[in-house]
Amino acid sequence: MSITVTEKAARHIQKTLDKRGKGFGLRLAVKTSGCSGMAYALEFADESLPEDLVFECAGVRLLVDPRSLPYLDGTELDFVREGLNEGFKFNNPNAKAECGCGESFAV
Amino acid sequence: MALLQIAEPGLAAAPHQHRLAVGIDLGTTNSLVATVASGLAKALPDADGHALLPSVVRYTEGALIVGREARAGQADDPHNTIASVKRLMGRSLADADETMRSHYQLSDGPGMVGIETRAGRKTPVEVSADILRALRERAEASLGGELTGAVITVPAYFDDAQRQATKDAARIAGLNVLRLLNEPTAAAIAYGLDNAAEGTYAVYDLGGGTFDISILKLTRGVFEVLATNGDPALGGDDFDQRLAVWLKAQAGLPAELPIEDERRILALARSTKESLSAVEQTLASVTLGDGQVIRVAVTRAQFIELTAELVSRSLRPVRKALRDAGLGPEDIKGVVMVGGSTRMPHVQSAVAALFGTAPLNNLDPDQVVALGAAMQADVLAGNRKSGSEADWLLLDVCPLSLGLETMGGLVEKIVPRNSTIPTARAQDFTTYKDGQTAMSVHVVQGEREIVSECRSLARFTLRGIPPMVAGAARIRVTFQIDADGLLSVTAREQTSGVEAHVEVKPSYGLGDGEVARMLLDAYGTGEIDAATRMLREAQVEARRLIDATEAALAADGAALLSPPERDIVQKAIFALAELLETDEGDTRKIRAATDALNTASGDFAARRMDASIKRALAGRSLETI
Ligand SMILES: Nc1ncnc2c1ncn2[C@@H]1O[C@H](COP(=O)(O)OP(=O)(O)OP(=O)(O)O)[C@@H](O)[C@H]1O
Ligand SMILES: [Mg+2]
Repeated sequence: MSITVTEKAARHIQKTLDKRGKGFGLRLAVKTSGCSGMAYALEFADESLPEDLVFECAGVRLLVDPRSLPYLDGTELDFVREGLNEGFKFNNPNAKAECGCGESFAV
Repeated sequence: MALLQIAEPGLAAAPHQHRLAVGIDLGTTNSLVATVASGLAKALPDADGHALLPSVVRYTEGALIVGREARAGQADDPHNTIASVKRLMGRSLADADETMRSHYQLSDGPGMVGIETRAGRKTPVEVSADILRALRERAEASLGGELTGAVITVPAYFDDAQRQATKDAARIAGLNVLRLLNEPTAAAIAYGLDNAAEGTYAVYDLGGGTFDISILKLTRGVFEVLATNGDPALGGDDFDQRLAVWLKAQAGLPAELPIEDERRILALARSTKESLSAVEQTLASVTLGDGQVIRVAVTRAQFIELTAELVSRSLRPVRKALRDAGLGPEDIKGVVMVGGSTRMPHVQSAVAALFGTAPLNNLDPDQVVALGAAMQADVLAGNRKSGSEADWLLLDVCPLSLGLETMGGLVEKIVPRNSTIPTARAQDFTTYKDGQTAMSVHVVQGEREIVSECRSLARFTLRGIPPMVAGAARIRVTFQIDADGLLSVTAREQTSGVEAHVEVKPSYGLGDGEVARMLLDAYGTGEIDAATRMLREAQVEARRLIDATEAALAADGAALLSPPERDIVQKAIFALAELLETDEGDTRKIRAATDALNTASGDFAARRMDASIKRALAGRSLETI
């Protein structure tokens, strides 16, 4: 069981958390909808819930609920720049097919 | 891949908004709509599960029936039931298809042929719009939302007028056209991307009414159309005709039957033909209007004999396209089969024999075009990640050469046929006379060397060229064709920078005014838009005349007019200019003042057109009047 972040992603998460002024960590989740069946969600977390699994990586805390975990196991969270856009990207070994826009996927 | 941002707790955006985009194959015989869902292209069926919508529209009192039901009513109500309307798109009565003429009451309208129906005169654009609207409604019902846009396919052979007519039909149907796509190219997308195969391919598309052959090169997901050719009047309908004639003869019927019975026999021929693709023989039977029952046994061998000539007719354009691409059949790695008519075994075997390879037919030949169009629409609507394989580029070709009229009514080709598009090509021209201040540009389309044998697309005049000795001016004429195959032409004098530009208007004569009228009809909104448009047209025309007359006065006024004559012209210019400036917005007054200026400057114009200039008119140079 592992979820990791790249160094770039960690730097960026740290920066945004600092700017926000509070926050326990970052929540990674998977929601069942979107055009390929499942979609990623990325949120700040101000507290951890009892059932959450917490991963520490490169100095940031990642929270994952148990229902999302099977889909996210092995995922690496990256921060990338594409043209004028920058943002987070999930490198998920479980995803078999991604929908056109990459926001959702099927396993 | 869309990049994610971090959201506040509980506020992670609802999973993305998938923009609803569709591909539409607007066929002569059948039309269909497809979309990409979960990365997979699929046709959207109607409530009864049929993907194909027969391209048939029936106009009844107060009601409009599209598709299967309309086709079923064809025999009962032939004049008001319009089929194969694609054959009339962008056509005038003079070049309307013979079969269509015999089936419908066609009339000559402003630029485009009209079909007289119980619901009034319908243009092919309006009939097509009714088909497209049915598909849009089907798609919106099944996808559960409004469409962002659509890619609509057209035969590679469609000229500008036909393409523009298709776009207009889509607009009237309330569709946002992301782009028009050549049917064979769409098929290549469906195959090329699914199979990720590289090499040079041929796309053989035998549909209901048209035949297209395209030679495509696929390299790492990039399509290049090397050549296209075809026959705009060859398709499954012709096979039906042949078999219908034969069936009538076998049944001892006269060659000419009442139109309702003709339709019955044609429908019988079609279903018989379709069954013969699967079985070796069948019994064709139908009851005629007078109760007479026709029964004729037909074997596949008989059908093949009747139609072998049609199949070999399709092979001629294939050879021509290969020649244009500088290739032989052995250079073709695979042949993609498109169109319902490629299900016929003798078509398959003729194509296999010519290319020496079994054709590719693992996708449904009825759907492959719409599927490819849907994939393209998905990309254009921004639903695809910007990863490498999704970023494919499409290169289409321009099906007919485009050029300019030059001296003596000859054509100077600027964009040769089969050039890949989008493209921009330029050529330099010069003035013909000392002090010439204007040059007329006549844009034509076609392969012939003589202007009168090509299709006239547009004319415009570059004015304000600084007076120079003949041959000193450098006028660069640039042809630009966008991804839809639509043309714009710019002429620019290099030293002064004066420029004139034209977007090639639909040459079927359906002006913006007419389209606006149809849009109004379609939406039932007021007449204000039409009035505004008329006013604007009057203003533009008035300004054009003022500019032209002022330029003419500046050039020749002193030499050709006496001071009082000059004064009259000046006054007329002044009156018109004042009217434009007061912003009164009275179309009638502007028109009257424009006419007045035309009259006042008539003599002057006539004088300027002396014999030598008249001779120049035949060529590309023309003085401002
Ligand atoms: N099984 C079959 N055997 C023979 N012909 C068939 C079969 N199925 C369909 N067709 C023929 O295919 C034709 C319709 O093909 P398709 O739907 O591809 O045409 P279209 O796209 O509407 O026309 P076009 O491409 O000319 O605009 C009709 O003539 C129909 O009779
Ligand atoms: Mg077709």
